[in-house]
Amino acid sequence: MTDQSGSSTTRRGFLQAGLAAGGAVATAGAARAAGDPLITEVQPWARFTGVGVDAVPYGLPIKFEDDVIRRNVPWLTAETMSSVNFTPIHALDGTITPQGCAFERHHSGAIELRKEDYRLMINGLVDRPLVFTYADLERFPRENHVYFLECAANSGMEWAGAQLNGAQFTHGMIHNMEYSGVPLRTLLEEAGLDAAGTLKDKWIYVEGADASSNGRSIPMDKALDDVLVAFKANGEALRKEHGYPVRLVVPGWEGNMWVKWLRRVEVMDGPVESREETSKYTDTLADGTSRKWTWEMDAKSVITSPSPQSPITHGPGPLVITGLAWSGRGAIERVDVSTDGGMTWRTARLAAPGQDKAVSRFYLDVDWDGSELLLQSRAMDSLGYVQPTKDALRAIRGENSIYHNNGIQTWWVKPNGEAENVEVS
Amino acid sequence: MSKYRNLVIGTALASALLAGPALAGEYGLGRTATPEEIAAWNLDVSPDGTGLPDGSGSVEQGETLFVERCAVCHGEFAEGVGRWPKLAGGEGTLDRADPVKTVGSYWPYLSTAWDYIHRSMPFGNAQTLTADETYAITAYILYSNFLVDSDFVLSDENFLDVEMPNADGFIVDDREKVEFPKFIREPCMEDCKDSVEITMHASVLDVTPGTETDEEAAAAQQDAAPQDEAKAEPEPAAPAGPDPELVAAGEKVFRQCKACHMIGDGAKNRVGPHLNGVLGRTVGSVDGFRYSRTMAEMGEDGKVWDAESLGTFLENPRDYVSRTKMAFRGLSDAADREAVIAYLSTFE
Ligand code: HEC
Ligand code: HEC
Repeated sequence: MTDQSGSSTTRRGFLQAGLAAGGAVATAGAARAAGDPLITEVQPWARFTGVGVDAVPYGLPIKFEDDVIRRNVPWLTAETMSSVNFTPIHALDGTITPQGCAFERHHSGAIELRKEDYRLMINGLVDRPLVFTYADLERFPRENHVYFLECAANSGMEWAGAQLNGAQFTHGMIHNMEYSGVPLRTLLEEAGLDAAGTLKDKWIYVEGADASSNGRSIPMDKALDDVLVAFKANGEALRKEHGYPVRLVVPGWEGNMWVKWLRRVEVMDGPVESREETSKYTDTLADGTSRKWTWEMDAKSVITSPSPQSPITHGPGPLVITGLAWSGRGAIERVDVSTDGGMTWRTARLAAPGQDKAVSRFYLDVDWDGSELLLQSRAMDSLGYVQPTKDALRAIRGENSIYHNNGIQTWWVKPNGEAENVEVS
Repeated sequence: MSKYRNLVIGTALASALLAGPALAGEYGLGRTATPEEIAAWNLDVSPDGTGLPDGSGSVEQGETLFVERCAVCHGEFAEGVGRWPKLAGGEGTLDRADPVKTVGSYWPYLSTAWDYIHRSMPFGNAQTLTADETYAITAYILYSNFLVDSDFVLSDENFLDVEMPNADGFIVDDREKVEFPKFIREPCMEDCKDSVEITMHASVLDVTPGTETDEEAAAAQQDAAPQDEAKAEPEPAAPAGPDPELVAAGEKVFRQCKACHMIGDGAKNRVGPHLNGVLGRTVGSVDGFRYSRTMAEMGEDGKVWDAESLGTFLENPRDYVSRTKMAFRGLSDAADREAVIAYLSTFE
């Protein structure tokens, strides 16, 4: 991962644009003396009509927001069908991720599967192996839940040190949506679990319909607890890149288990130990042994603004520091923010009480004096687990884990408002 | 498993009709899965060999298959090409910086390799290997990792005898035991450390992609340019080359081809032949590429690729070239075909 194909000029160009925008504030100030023409002169939009209701049957964001998009890191993978892109978390607010910019991770590309061609099979140790159509699924009692999905490899490029300049790239393999679907428990019970005998030591194997045939083993306890077979996200059909028409939702657990284009659930005596749970998604420790079945995503947070892609452009004075926090083991209880690299901390304001296995938004409203900041955030969840520093994680795991890096992120904000990804002592 | 896939095709529909609604479930929804349907999808193989079909294959057979169907991406000796995964080597590296994790050095179970290759490879043409072929290729990967001899034959019978070097290299998640005592605590709020130094900057490595990828910036510029021209000059002269906007759109479409085809400077044959100068090129004529018989014969008959024939081929490869080796569903959208052909035409 040392291929250096990224270009710095574009980023510099971007920062200059940001600073120029800061300049624009000053110009606007000068204009204000004589009266801001945006106010004193009739503007075209105040005079002519806009477009009609038939112009855009399904809307995209306005063109001025066309830089709020998923981005990928081309040097990461050989091609883009088995690859990942990142949610522009630096430019979003609130907690719900719009589907259109929610990150994608595929192992064989995003496929197009019609509802009419969709089949879900339940087989293995069940009383009656069943096949459901999409229309069948819509007839089971439904639930709605907001959950985050984080890829286990989120921040994985940062194990050996600060690499990527931007919250989108360091923390953007996450999204948070409201799902509508049927509890997997309901479907398993429809097939009947008497044949499985004691359920405690049983597993399910879940598998997708795409060419990667991505499959994961999940212990029966979890399967019967809160796993959802979802067909809607944020109120509308899943996007094809997120598994249209049906995906699995495995709350709090690593994203790879949320099998897309779900086609089969098999009740089994033990785990399959598929490629995605042996070769991948196992965490190698310093001594060369590897942890497996590291499913839960531990408490984590990141400041999304200011951050390298979202510099401060307004100079000293009121500044909103904001970010996201989440835990796969419960709800976010509290987030602390440090502006001095972790010497002192202040408790931030949660926009709403933390929800189980869902993202929380936090704010810290400060009066910035224009001096440099070493910004950090630290999440605490309902277990009392406090997000550790990256060094504390490395002390236990070494640097080869790839997955589950939930260490505290530091942004170095300079007096000119630019921010950089750094590590501190 | 091709062995009984033929059977499935013959009987699945008939039995599905016979199967009728399932009994007994609380909601009475869904219908009973037929044995043929279950056989078609229930392919996973467990570490104890459950799910392995009868069959066998030798290292020697595996080598031929691997070179033909896997080596473009994984290398002739499974050593990996470029950023495509390595499947061999890496023994003794797991406790070092940048461990090399391969089937030989890392994978705890052989069943995982058999199952994954059988269901998910070759990339871009999955689920086409027979059980015997999968045994042979798996045997060859073991051989590439120096785990078996060249005369080894792998079968469902000796499958569990193969010892995987890293079988004991895994522990079950122990974060609750090892990490919770350290991380479940009252967080420090004041005087948490004496001083703070920056120890590392991301800018030193500078591997972050631009905030606007160069590609998009270029496309945006191309978008703007013709419009400006049109304003200045109501009837612009017909452009010499293909429309840059179309070429830019074609470059995006070409992402669907990239897994198999290279184009541009130094392009080599991969799963498919390189596509430099393909317009005007004799069909099936790239040196050193093993074409399907149909495509090779079209070339021998003097057939040359032009925009029209490419369009027909790309719409439905298998219709235009029966039994083509190009395992691609085709581009159903005419605009995509036009764009990608414009893009291809820009490479000599
Ligand atoms: C077009 C390129 C391509 C071809 C041809 C190909 N593969 Fe792959 N292979 C890949 C990619 C890409 C991945 C990783 C996929 C992913 O990330 O999900 C992969 C992954 C693998 C892995 C898992 C590697 C790991 O460490 O987890 C094995 C094993 C494998 N391939 C075997 C084969 C075999 C055997 C063949 C031939 C029958 C084959 N591949 C043909 C591209 C290819
Ligand atoms: C899964 C791999 C794969 C994908 C994806 C793929 N191709 Fe191919 N392509 C091949 C193979 C293999 C051949 C050789 C076919 C044969 O021998 O029958 C081929 C042949 C061709 C040829 C004929 C070349 C010649 O020398 O005569 C053209 C043109 C072509 N492909 C274009 C494309 C375009 C354009 C796309 C994307 C829209 C694409 N292919 C996608 C594998 C692929």
